[in-house]
Amino acid sequence: MSNLSRRNFIKLGGAGAVAGVATVVPVKQSWAESKQRNPGATTLPYPKVTIGKAGDLPENQAVSFTYPDEMSPCVVIRMGAPVPGGAGPNGDIVAYSTLCTHMGCPVSYDSESRNFKCPCHFSVFDSEKTGQMVTGQATENLPRIRLSYDEKTDTLTATGVEGLIYGRQANII
Amino acid sequence: MSHNEQDRIPLPPADARKTNMTCHFCIVGCGYHVYKWPAGTEGGRAPDQNALGKDFRTQQPPLSGAMTPAMVNTVEENGKKYHVMIVPDKECEVNKGLTSTRGGQMASILYNADSPTRERLKYPRLYTGDDWIDVSWEEAMQVYAGVTKRLLDSFGPDAIMFNVFDHGGAGGGFENTWGTGKLMFSSIQTEMVRIHNRPAYNSECHATRDMGIGELNNSYEDSELSDCIVFVGANSYETQTNYFLAHALPNLNGETVDKKRKWFKDEHVEAGRFIFIDPRRSLTTAICENLAKDRILHLRINPGTDTALFNGLLTYVVDQGWHDKAFIEKHTKGFEAALKANRMSLDECAKITGVPVSELKKAAEWAYKPKKSGHHSRTAHLYEKGIIWGNDNYRIQSALVDLVLATHNVGRRGTGVCRLGGHQEGYARPPYPGKRPIYIDQEIIKGNGKMLTVWGCNAFQSTLNAQQYRQVLTRRANIVREALANARGGDVQDMVNAIFDAVTNRGGLFVTTIDLYPTKFAQASHMMLPATQPGEMNLTSMNGERRMRLTEKFMDPPGIAKPDCLIAADIANTLKAMYEAEGNSDMAKRFSGYDWKTEEDAFNDGFRKPEGIDSQGGPTGDLVTYDRLRGMGNNGVQLPVREYKNGKLIGTEMLYTDYKFSTPDGKAHFKPAPWTGLPAPVEVQRKKYRFWINNGRTNHIWQTAYHDQRIDFRTKRYPMAPIEINPEDAKELGIESGDVVEIYNDYGSTYAMAYLEPDMKRGHTFMMFGYFNGNAGDVVTDWTDRNYIPYYKGTWANIRRVSSMESYKESVSFKRRRYV
Repeated sequence: MSNLSRRNFIKLGGAGAVAGVATVVPVKQSWAESKQRNPGATTLPYPKVTIGKAGDLPENQAVSFTYPDEMSPCVVIRMGAPVPGGAGPNGDIVAYSTLCTHMGCPVSYDSESRNFKCPCHFSVFDSEKTGQMVTGQATENLPRIRLSYDEKTDTLTATGVEGLIYGRQANII
Repeated sequence: MSHNEQDRIPLPPADARKTNMTCHFCIVGCGYHVYKWPAGTEGGRAPDQNALGKDFRTQQPPLSGAMTPAMVNTVEENGKKYHVMIVPDKECEVNKGLTSTRGGQMASILYNADSPTRERLKYPRLYTGDDWIDVSWEEAMQVYAGVTKRLLDSFGPDAIMFNVFDHGGAGGGFENTWGTGKLMFSSIQTEMVRIHNRPAYNSECHATRDMGIGELNNSYEDSELSDCIVFVGANSYETQTNYFLAHALPNLNGETVDKKRKWFKDEHVEAGRFIFIDPRRSLTTAICENLAKDRILHLRINPGTDTALFNGLLTYVVDQGWHDKAFIEKHTKGFEAALKANRMSLDECAKITGVPVSELKKAAEWAYKPKKSGHHSRTAHLYEKGIIWGNDNYRIQSALVDLVLATHNVGRRGTGVCRLGGHQEGYARPPYPGKRPIYIDQEIIKGNGKMLTVWGCNAFQSTLNAQQYRQVLTRRANIVREALANARGGDVQDMVNAIFDAVTNRGGLFVTTIDLYPTKFAQASHMMLPATQPGEMNLTSMNGERRMRLTEKFMDPPGIAKPDCLIAADIANTLKAMYEAEGNSDMAKRFSGYDWKTEEDAFNDGFRKPEGIDSQGGPTGDLVTYDRLRGMGNNGVQLPVREYKNGKLIGTEMLYTDYKFSTPDGKAHFKPAPWTGLPAPVEVQRKKYRFWINNGRTNHIWQTAYHDQRIDFRTKRYPMAPIEINPEDAKELGIESGDVVEIYNDYGSTYAMAYLEPDMKRGHTFMMFGYFNGNAGDVVTDWTDRNYIPYYKGTWANIRRVSSMESYKESVSFKRRRYV
């Protein structure tokens, strides 16, 4: 995540439009939609949230959005080469919650190592390996935002979360 | 459930039962609370509806607590199912609400038949025919005690050997060290005993004790007060995590300057400085350099040259007149002789250690030069396996403590010369009956001993010269297995006879493992007895600042598993009955005194009756009771207890503030420790092989991975023991990250997963120790110091690429582990 977007996120209290590419679909509407289309995929009624167009994502830069609600900061990154769990036309797009699963500090994206780093207790997560904790004090990998991709419109949509977001009893509040 | 699928956890209701738990993994012993409530129910999200008192109707802010899927599980008690949540205690002075990656998963490793912990041992198991069968405790005891008695009567106690834990925390504690110790030392009276991680019954800190200084002499709070902390062969971020994060790091960051000012009114104070003595740039060093590079000094010594370093610094400090002459004169003995023996110029020191003279001088100035206010610097020296498993443990510790004593860095707040520790402590045993430790592994290899009990440990993964040890032991155990396979249709007595014949006439070894799981060692054994872990029993331990707490029982163990102390009692009581039956009252008496119904009975019999035993509780152990400890909560009391007053146990924050050292004359004793180079067998390997195979821990994996090998989060990270290799070295050998490599030398060979790391010097590697898949001990020489302490770190070997594991490369991160 760039410094600018993180500052904005903090300033705006996690508003969904920080990066200018995300649109939040109202939770109730997308819950019903989610249950119809994908029954049993999760215990929770995740919304479907349009993240933006894959072609608009800069390579190896974290773009902020919020999911599944405005209080949950996330980033989406186009890695530039296919990665496990990657979405999009090249299988290279990933998205994660940016709250460290250890104690909830915001992790920052280091574009050189392509890791997420937590400044509080130094946990490191690999963006290219499904958020695996490289080292640190968490007991969970970084929660991964499930993405679906519509080839016709080049649109990425967040559809769920793998892993519990910090500071919550359930990902859907 | 595979990792990271959980997106919701149950909350404890407001009336959930709440008990205290000390983390049983590392020495720090962080405080946690256990919440337990009936399965199928849960608390609400409003603050008055859940026991945490938090409002989960909204996002909780950073640092407001830790609560993850790994912190919840479902357990059983009295046939009923309960949810449990284990979360860190903010009020605990040790961890201040922090959790490590080890402690944070304590709930995950509780026994749950619907989880990977279903592999726990539930019943005693006997190898009979050619397979394992579950048996009752009665039958197991008849076989175990039957063989013990035959051997004791025929050959005396030396035929009966033990590999046994001596620590606190998981698989240990005052109750269990006492129960096992009483059985081994008072009843069986064998001296053929070794400790869980070394091949004899000895201390890892023998020298410092001989010099009058116990190895745990300060508090974690002292790391907030030091002017300088010298970390010697220690990697605290990974191995004593919340000591480092909650106490040491705030000092480096300057967050404790006000506290120092308050404590030391007339002294110059500023943010702390850290000196790291380590050939490797550890994660701890990397983090500190990242935060405060100008306050960090990394002395990257050549492997095994610590003694030369301390001797060079001692010489320089004394030549500068920075030593504390008054303290030396009044409270110590042997200074001149030690100085004469240890004397080494900085030039020579630099040549041996590889550290430039300028850095040696800088280290001396940071740690020992009097402060601007004229006061002696308050410098803590904190060490761990880098020197404990280093080049001549006894000699290194002597040299280190000489330097500490000369500069009076013990017994003053902010100082201390302490080990940082691995396990927690919890030692209370009768005195070891031998005059000197015995190298038990070598006795096994030589064919000695007839019966071995492996109690809460696993030398197959955690000893030196492990390949030969494993090969010989397996061969000898197989002789007994064959005998058991041929004892078809026989009763217990026939089995005892078959075992006795195999170990007496054919070189066999009868092996019993007592543990939580079927371990690798159990694969060579004949009997497995199921033990319990904290939470399934009440357990007391003490941490690295001698802080004693009670972990309370809150669930049933699997099947009919028992606390180790009660297993020891079963063994003793069975033997007592056998001797009584034949009218041998003398022997029956040796096995009496185990009328324990609970672990608290064992605690009261050992820790609370300290006269004539070796107890870390000291002579005031009788002041401690379960009830009193329960009242002290997760903050417990620091041993030794001074008094019980106004409903509270009053403990001891720092030892030797009265300058009464642990020697007959009360003075601290210097000990000559001249530099003598590497031991000859190690030097042979160094000259012959290309790579230094440094080995140790990572924070992901606890000890032999007895739990971790069953947890997806751990095994997906490390399907195999990683070995960090310099990328240029790897390139020359055609090795990439994720490749399987063989590491081999004159002692054995092992395998590991290559992990390229540019911080490794050319020719240096670092392999995770003790793992279930890739065992560094296989290539460690059989050399030990004078007390049989191994030199695990003194390993040189060659490396070759074996194969490429595409699945590792795809699923395992090989990003740098350093926070850079």
